[in-house]
Amino acid sequence: METIYAICVGAMTTGGVFLVLRGYTFAVVLGLTLLSYAVNLFLFASGNLKIDAAAILGESESYADPLPQALVLTAIVIGFAMTAFALILALRARSDLGNDHVDGKTVIYDELGQNSANQRGENQ
Amino acid sequence: MSLLQHMVFFPVLIPLLMGTVLLLPFFHKYIRRQRVAVIIANLLLLVVAVKLLADSLQTGTTMYMMGDWQAPFGIALVNDPLASVMLVLSSVLGLAAHLYACAGDDKRGMFFHPLFMFQMMGINGAFLTGDVFNLFVFFEILLMASYALIIHGGGKQRTQSAVHYVLLNLAGSSFFLIGLGIIYAAFGTLNLADMAHKAAQLDEDNIQLAKSGAMLLLIVFGLKAALLPLHFWLPRTYSYTATPVAALFAIMTKVGIYSIWRVHTAVFGNHAGDLANITPEWLWPLAWLTLVMAVVAVLASQSLKMMASNLIAVSAGTLLLAIAVNTEQATAAAIYYLIHSTLASAALLLIAGLITDQRGQAQDRLVKARAVSQPAMLGIFFFIAALALIGMPPLSGFVGKVMLLQATTADAGWVWPPLLISGLAALVMLSRAGSTVFWRTSGGNSSNTAEKVRAHPLQVIAVLVLLLALPLMVIFGGALTEITQRAAEILYLAPQPLAEAL
Repeated sequence: METIYAICVGAMTTGGVFLVLRGYTFAVVLGLTLLSYAVNLFLFASGNLKIDAAAILGESESYADPLPQALVLTAIVIGFAMTAFALILALRARSDLGNDHVDGKTVIYDELGQNSANQRGENQ
Repeated sequence: MSLLQHMVFFPVLIPLLMGTVLLLPFFHKYIRRQRVAVIIANLLLLVVAVKLLADSLQTGTTMYMMGDWQAPFGIALVNDPLASVMLVLSSVLGLAAHLYACAGDDKRGMFFHPLFMFQMMGINGAFLTGDVFNLFVFFEILLMASYALIIHGGGKQRTQSAVHYVLLNLAGSSFFLIGLGIIYAAFGTLNLADMAHKAAQLDEDNIQLAKSGAMLLLIVFGLKAALLPLHFWLPRTYSYTATPVAALFAIMTKVGIYSIWRVHTAVFGNHAGDLANITPEWLWPLAWLTLVMAVVAVLASQSLKMMASNLIAVSAGTLLLAIAVNTEQATAAAIYYLIHSTLASAALLLIAGLITDQRGQAQDRLVKARAVSQPAMLGIFFFIAALALIGMPPLSGFVGKVMLLQATTADAGWVWPPLLISGLAALVMLSRAGSTVFWRTSGGNSSNTAEKVRAHPLQVIAVLVLLLALPLMVIFGGALTEITQRAAEILYLAPQPLAEAL
């Protein structure tokens, strides 16, 4: 079970890192989502994997470590909110900068051109 | 006095409640009421912080368990001289930045005041927290507020720098959680005091795990503290954002530094057995290069705010170098330098904001342009802030630098050159900037071309609050160094079992 679990977390992290390193905000946000899934699973496993063990005392013969589960819950909530914010910011950047490149590339050149055009206009 | 027992929680509770209340109908649409309420909240925070500092100097470390849950499992807040000194610093800075914002910057976007309060809550919580997971939670709170504050006022440049800042920090948060998972797997606890106690007794299997967890956390804190390969976001983010927000952010890099102290100096410090001092060997070259790169960046700055942001990176590099030296004396000097550099660079950012307002189209770029409308006042302000940042007597920068140099005589060959050269670079750049802005002016008939913009009294008070703190840090230098010494001692104490620490 540990091996499959580790492979799953590893594959998701790989995918997440690959997407985060892409140049466009949509891919980056997807990558961050994938990365946060992987992180949540990883945190969950940090208290050791156990089968047939509830996180509540007296519910089953042995019990699982409840702390990682509490941590994962917090991490999921925070990760969710952050991803939502990143999406909204990506949309805002898309409309402000005119494209969804993380550096807003082409527009910076446009803007510089525009600025110098303005100054030329003033000098005349 | 039952209420006073819970005082440790107040620096988190006051901004939380105030931020929430400001969203209610009575305040929501009335910016004047919001301003008054937040100024009162900031003053309250300052009073509480000073009281906590006095308490911690008297009684030493106190651990406050939320809801009285038992120690390694419950949420712990810790008040000791280091935490409360940082609280006083954050509340002074918060007060000044907020006063500046009340002059009109707060009207340029929605929800400035509630966000400001949540930001204060996150910063104060990060200083007070006693376990690493809540450090993560408070980091996220302050980051969430800062994400929104950073685009306050809008504009293309702000959106663009915010995209970088947010995406980087989201990736950083993932690393933080992975690091936490590894550390929990190795230690079986996330309480800092408990971890410090257990570090020396870890099994051999867990030592490599704990090491990799600690290194991951160093990456995360390094990202916040602008450590070399992770600092490229800083200058743009700080220089493009609204002036009061940038001034408040002057403490954000210091939150990273503080976390390195709490985790890497205290937990993985001299007493950690096989895990002892695993970070300094990595920090040495990186901190050194951070400082050198920041000095180059200062010399290459094209605008006042960019220069101030790069000076923040310089101070971050200096502090990281002091962490790498890793002696109690150097840490005490670094705490003094941290307070000084936060206040001085925030003051320079606010002054740059005032200059931007008064120079019309040239803004804060270092080019020949029309004169500012209040050259005498702004010139004096700029001169004082510059003296402090360069490290010339009689201001706190000089004292801080001398203390750092004295504390690092053993490593003088490595530490002194970048420290002294950073002072020289600041001198060159600040005098160039000052003479460009105040003396290389064109026309001189700015009065008839455009209406004169004058600094709002609240803005002047905000700058004065920060500038007055600088000579005060010298006048009360004896008392202050005693406090920083006490604060540094905390980090080098031999860890005790958690039951005794309570």
